[in-house]
Amino acid sequence: MLAERPITPATLSRKDLPWQIKWDINTCTKCGRCTSVCPVNAIELGVFRKRDVKPPMGLSAKPTTEFSTFYGIRQRTDPAYACIGCAMCNMVCPNNAIEPSRQYDSTTLQFQNNRGGQPRTRGGRRNNSESLLDQIKFIRISMLTDPALDAGRHEFDVRTLLGRVLSPEAEIKCFRENGWKPPVREIYPLVIGGMSFGALSPNMWEGLQMGVAYLNEEMNMPVRICTGEGGCPPRLLRSRFLKYVILQIASGYFGWDEIIHAIPEMKEDPCAIEIKYGQGAKPGDGGLLMWYKVNKLIAAIRGVPSGVSLPSPPTHQTKYSIEEAVAKMIQSMSMAWGFRVPVYPKISASSTSLAVLNNLVRNPYAAGLAIDGEDGGTGAAYNVSMNHMGHPIASNLRDCYKALCVAGAQNEIPLIAGGGIGKHGNLAANAAALIMLGASMVQIGKYVMQAGAGCLGSEKDRCNVCNIGVCPKGITSQDPRVYRRLDPEKVAERVVDFYLSFDTELRKVIAPLGRSTSLPVGMSDALGISDKDAADRLDIKYVI
Amino acid sequence: MCRLFALTSRDPVSPMRAIDALNVMKEGHDGSGVGLFLSGLGGPWEELKEYPILSGIFTDAGLARMSEYMTKNGFQSKYSATFKPDVEPPVGTPKRGTYASIAFRIPDEWKGMTREQADRNLVQMRLDLRAMGEAEGDIMVFSFWPDTIMIKEVGDPLAIAGYLKLDREELYARHILAQGRQNTNYAINLYACHPFFIEGISTMTNGENTAFVPIREYLMSRGVTGYQGYQSDSEVFTHIAHYATKRLGLDISSYKHVITPMNDDEMRDHPDREFLSDLKRACRKLIIDGPNCIIGCLPDGSMFMAQDRKKLRPGVVGGNPELGIYGFSSEICGLNAAIPERDRTKDFQPMHLDTAIVGPDCREVLQCSQKDPLRQQL
Repeated sequence: MLAERPITPATLSRKDLPWQIKWDINTCTKCGRCTSVCPVNAIELGVFRKRDVKPPMGLSAKPTTEFSTFYGIRQRTDPAYACIGCAMCNMVCPNNAIEPSRQYDSTTLQFQNNRGGQPRTRGGRRNNSESLLDQIKFIRISMLTDPALDAGRHEFDVRTLLGRVLSPEAEIKCFRENGWKPPVREIYPLVIGGMSFGALSPNMWEGLQMGVAYLNEEMNMPVRICTGEGGCPPRLLRSRFLKYVILQIASGYFGWDEIIHAIPEMKEDPCAIEIKYGQGAKPGDGGLLMWYKVNKLIAAIRGVPSGVSLPSPPTHQTKYSIEEAVAKMIQSMSMAWGFRVPVYPKISASSTSLAVLNNLVRNPYAAGLAIDGEDGGTGAAYNVSMNHMGHPIASNLRDCYKALCVAGAQNEIPLIAGGGIGKHGNLAANAAALIMLGASMVQIGKYVMQAGAGCLGSEKDRCNVCNIGVCPKGITSQDPRVYRRLDPEKVAERVVDFYLSFDTELRKVIAPLGRSTSLPVGMSDALGISDKDAADRLDIKYVI
Repeated sequence: MCRLFALTSRDPVSPMRAIDALNVMKEGHDGSGVGLFLSGLGGPWEELKEYPILSGIFTDAGLARMSEYMTKNGFQSKYSATFKPDVEPPVGTPKRGTYASIAFRIPDEWKGMTREQADRNLVQMRLDLRAMGEAEGDIMVFSFWPDTIMIKEVGDPLAIAGYLKLDREELYARHILAQGRQNTNYAINLYACHPFFIEGISTMTNGENTAFVPIREYLMSRGVTGYQGYQSDSEVFTHIAHYATKRLGLDISSYKHVITPMNDDEMRDHPDREFLSDLKRACRKLIIDGPNCIIGCLPDGSMFMAQDRKKLRPGVVGGNPELGIYGFSSEICGLNAAIPERDRTKDFQPMHLDTAIVGPDCREVLQCSQKDPLRQQL
């Protein structure tokens, strides 16, 4: 440290940083790749001066001092440039001479990373590694009276319905009278949730769309992807691939103009329309696309100037109340496509979810309800919103399903659950647990980024800079210098890979339960958990 | 695992014929219980077709409470076939009291009711009596319906038949469902013993229904009187049959389209594809998912057999049109024992798309495939 270095209240030592750079002077070739790739400039090339005292032999001569200079890597201690542990430096280093390492007893940065009166904003994850879904076990394994099935060879029907399903009485009446039937799509129960064209890089988006198209057309899996708010590229809107896409409209209506204008030229109807009222990780806050990511293309699609932050207002003048909004918006969106497309709202899981559901049960045009739990990812939110707002998905979903059971409308309004599914990689187990708690289908976002594109973010506050456009893997950046790192073809391959492995794993879960001909929606007798309170709350078996 | 045997005959026959068939199939069940459904009753019941018969087991106090309840509701006993065993029960069978089947005269004020209302009231009365009995443990009621007797007991079927003297002529019937084995997965409960009964429809099943809980929740939310109890995962099959025929107005060959709909490939060339895909969608909650053979009897006396898609519980139907008798059996040895005088080459084992139906005339086995055009025009 320099003798004159000021020590202020915000000064931190390297020891205070949760991520520390280990750099090996002996193997470093000083190529400079690490410093150029670091997304947050946490490391810089450093010139170090070293004093060496050399005592001569004998008693008469005085010791001499020699100074040498060497070059290396210096980690900055300014909180604004703290290392995020993404390890891109290690990825580009030819000799593994550098890597970040986590220092778990360093907690002081969290007191300093809110600056200029601004609390910390970050993308990605909740920094909470707990997962109730991971604790749930499938206990009803069939043994003798009902032999377990062969997951590899048996015939399975892993499909679910998106759209308002009429009751059997109403369906028969409708058939006899040739009446209007709400549109229903038979789809794969794992849906890629809303991640907008503004949030993701063009390469990532293209990769996802290609993966989904491949799964549909080559693998016979009717997988659907939601666009997220922010519109849809005009070419996709006019292509035959639109049928694999759920278009989202959200509080900001961003990109909606583009969609409306494309309707007359659409070759196919979209799979569905999702009206986003809230998302799990920042309930009531709306989305926030920070100015770093609003480049010319995004600005053009959304009809806004480039380089300005785009917070989606949590409420819009057309959404005066949830009753009105649900009734009016669902009806007008349905009307836009001649009542041929299912329209459903997406809300953040909250104590008022049941109220929304009650509104939907009586609305013949409502095609479902998507509930997003607190563990949902996000491109940008305040720390406090992400970590402390919202409702866990399991109990919220369960409440909604049970309310539907009382109304006799279970699965007539499909429930779509999201938030924290596959948080620790256990995608199929988490999805199956939610389906058995009552979800007709589940949606994932983070998992797609992690498994499909090698996202580095973690629940331990690693990386998580999706919001500022510097995503080191190029997943959430709108800067071509960064996103060209990501090959869309490879993303598509990975998406197909993990969907197929999910499919195998899901069968490995439901086959031992003896299920094969219909998705085990609401099969709560199969579930057990070793937490008594959770078991009581979810009305599943308590097992230890 | 349960063993099932059903008989349908033009002339009343002794239920012992079915019990003997169960006994032949004993290798497959543990002799832990027996359930009997009898309709198309012969003997003294021939003249009493219109009178609902209450079947159950009563202690002396229970009989008194039941009579009091029936009288309060304006019902008068017309004929009764009660049986109080005077010997020690077989091993494992508790001493219960009187096994009664009592025909009642319907009160005059019911005459103005619609058929549906009267039927619903009969079901409600059965449920009321059951609830009264569950509180005190003195009344057990299995059915309350015209031309129907049900008997259930714990123990070996043959031993029970001897104990309860089931070869009595007053138990001769044209349509008999018999099941061997109590509910051994959980605690013994007579209400969990097949066959199950609601408004003239009775079914029994072997195997296990893994989709039980969601189906139960769905049925219970339909608001139909009588969709309750569910001590057994197989009770839902009876209620689905009731729901499909009485509530949805479908015929029994469509039952299979409800519980095990065809997949897309099978449905592709079906002439009624549009209706069937709608039905599959609407009744998705009622899809069964377990190895089951379902044998049932309808109010008109037709009997049917259907399998789940996996068809791990193959049943067989065979009989003699000359004698006017047909048997439905979960094992072929049971059928051989009960109806040896038949053309075995005409035995029919329904596959996963088939429903086998024998009408009340007992002339032929009607084989319906799900791939056939629907018999019923909508």
